[in-house]
Amino acid sequence: MNGPTIFTAALVLCMHMVGLAMLLALWRLLRGPTLPDRILALDTLSVTAIAELMLFGMYIDSAIYFEAALVIAMLGFCSTVVLSKFVLRRDIVE
Amino acid sequence: MIAFFQILLAALLLFGCAFILLGALGLVRFSDFFKRLHAPTKASTLGVGCVLVCSVAYHLVLGEDPQPRELLVTVFLFITAPISAHLMAKAALSLMMESRPEVPGERGVSEEE
Repeated sequence: MNGPTIFTAALVLCMHMVGLAMLLALWRLLRGPTLPDRILALDTLSVTAIAELMLFGMYIDSAIYFEAALVIAMLGFCSTVVLSKFVLRRDIVE
Repeated sequence: MIAFFQILLAALLLFGCAFILLGALGLVRFSDFFKRLHAPTKASTLGVGCVLVCSVAYHLVLGEDPQPRELLVTVFLFITAPISAHLMAKAALSLMMESRPEVPGERGVSEEE
């Protein structure tokens, strides 16, 4: 067991753990009893998607997935804000 | 030296991913929305921060394109996570006004009057 082997094994294990977290968030998104639960599950899904993209970028040793992660972060925040505003006021552009 | 650094990065990665998994588990297991709001907005944000810092260090030391660009995503997430949690809590409060527990001071005030 040397350094690169341990790091690659940890990387694969972490990708499985984050994938399991995405599945749990997807379960809450599909089942969620109320509307804010679904918004929260969508927010969690975007955050875990960022982590999974960065882990995959480290796994194939490239930095091109950074832009995708940045776009997902911005769109996830904007979608959370817009959905919460829609629940609050039933009207997005006031 | 490189091997020690890689083991350190693997430990940081496992720490962050454990926090992400705990946040998703709390999202599934807790009973109320206001309890569920705590787990993903705090634990998952810390976990993603750890993963992104690990990615910065990995590309800085071992990769061929050393730029700390992932710090942008980290800073953006750490700024926007409290704002989105606050807005979701406000939305849930506006939807579930009848299931709110009573404010602690009000009964005492009404008894005095």
